[in-house]
Amino acid sequence: MKISELKKVSMRDTFSTALLEISQSDEKVYVLDGDLATSTKIDTVATKLPEKFLQMGIAEQNMLSVAAGLATTGLQPWVATFAAFMSKRALDQIQVQIAQPNLDVKMIGAYSGLLTGLTGKSHQALEDIAIFRTLANMTVLAPADAVETAAMIKWANEYNGPVYIRLARDNYPVIFDEQHQFEVGKGVQLREGTDLTIIATGTQTSRALEAAEILAEQNISAAVLHLPSIKPIDQEAIIQAAVRTGAIVTAEEHSIYGGLGSAVAEILAANEPTPIEFVGVKDRNSESADNDELLNKHELLPIHVAEAAKRVLARKR
Amino acid sequence: MSVINLLQEKATNARKDLLKVVHHAGAGHIGGPLSAIDILTTLYFNEMNVDPSNPKDAERDRFILSKGHSAIGLYAVLAERGYLPNEELFTFDSLNSRLQGHPDMKALPGIEMSTGSLGQGISAAVGMALGAKLQNQGFRTYCMIGDGESQEGQVWEAAFIAPKYNLDNLVVIVDYNKLQQYGWPGTDTERSAPNDLFEEKWLAFGWHVIRIDGHSYADILQAFEEAKSTKEKPTVIIADTVKGKGISFMEGNYLWHSKVPSDEELANALAELNAVGGL
Repeated sequence: MKISELKKVSMRDTFSTALLEISQSDEKVYVLDGDLATSTKIDTVATKLPEKFLQMGIAEQNMLSVAAGLATTGLQPWVATFAAFMSKRALDQIQVQIAQPNLDVKMIGAYSGLLTGLTGKSHQALEDIAIFRTLANMTVLAPADAVETAAMIKWANEYNGPVYIRLARDNYPVIFDEQHQFEVGKGVQLREGTDLTIIATGTQTSRALEAAEILAEQNISAAVLHLPSIKPIDQEAIIQAAVRTGAIVTAEEHSIYGGLGSAVAEILAANEPTPIEFVGVKDRNSESADNDELLNKHELLPIHVAEAAKRVLARKR
Repeated sequence: MSVINLLQEKATNARKDLLKVVHHAGAGHIGGPLSAIDILTTLYFNEMNVDPSNPKDAERDRFILSKGHSAIGLYAVLAERGYLPNEELFTFDSLNSRLQGHPDMKALPGIEMSTGSLGQGISAAVGMALGAKLQNQGFRTYCMIGDGESQEGQVWEAAFIAPKYNLDNLVVIVDYNKLQQYGWPGTDTERSAPNDLFEEKWLAFGWHVIRIDGHSYADILQAFEEAKSTKEKPTVIIADTVKGKGISFMEGNYLWHSKVPSDEELANALAELNAVGGL
């Protein structure tokens, strides 16, 4: 079945359901809101399990530091807000009081990337992977679909330590079946191919699969490696992709600086130097517009990934 | 020995220790630790339920030094209280030391929260007090902030939310020494802050407010008692203090915020403290 024919489901909805489940089953779980509960969908917890819901008001710095304090008493706070505010407004608090002390706080960046619902550049998070990846002890995750989102939430509940999970606002094709297990630090080979490998994360993974379909029609065989775990990263899978196909395209709904593409380049430069093309937001600000208009302007659509594939093939040795 | 005599002796020892350590390390803060030390001593020797031999006991009271640059003052009191050997104080600020330049909860048992970036400790204290309420635990949480630190917006984010959760198990102490690193030139000859109206602000945020002399042990002891009998709301103790307290040539001089005493200055300071008493 073509990717465009797959059912699209909201990551936010499966996040919300999974969070409600762990809030019910795990007494240490509490949910903190910065007055965005209807956007992040943690209002489900507020409605069904109000004693587990802590409204912190529109004050992200305080919210993340409060979460740190709660964690020291044996609780597992889950903080959900827009990725832009989580990664930038509360960065200092997260670094000094959560990441450095390695506390068990789960951070959900609910509207990551470019597509934040006509809100414009103040609300877009194109730096969050780069920011969180530089923090020691921090785990950085980005699911590709709603099924993987739920699996990731369950994994994070079991794991003891700080985790940042980058979610998307809109609905995405369901790539994984219900039995899919998330494994931290592991990539998922979604498509085999011989000419190049597209390494993608988060929302860009389904677009990478569509790009591979476009390339197949032109007799170009593209493998697709999905990396839901950006830190820790699957170094072995990245090196193997380079060895097997000799050319790499990275694809992410994030700045081309400091994110997945940079992480892949760091590993290949040190282990298996390979031509790479980077698909991501170039060094410029964005604006408010329709999803497709934004993806087109910033060259993140499947056709743009396919064009990047042809560029890298031209450089392949 | 009366409680007040004991506190005075311990505080004097801590003052001597912190001066010697900053002199030895060639770095560190002096003015702020000296203004805070009488309150820190009262917390650790009278007020809080803590046991240095079991520093992670779930029922222990918590203290967070939100004005983390006064770390050496806290370390000196913790050493007096038995959390670490007195000699270890002289590792302050050096490689592999448990006594980091700013408090590190991963380094030293007894440090409840990492601080150093101002404004954050009070929010973490709110989280601890809230965690106690949610789990029906009886411990109390204490947090010291600075008046200069109170220029950070996060302090008021924390002040806003704590009364919403009826945190009567939370006590914030403002070490109101009225001087900071550089301050407000032109405001007056002492560079003290513009009128901060601290009492009015905390009252408006819904806190129980107590104003004391932060160097009077009787005042400090009584304020902690009043906080314990206050129900349904958090307490803030605004403690009027003197930066550099106890050393005549340091008192009220902003330059001693983080100045290292010379050999002669150290000798003079210790002589003044020896005249007061202590070891």
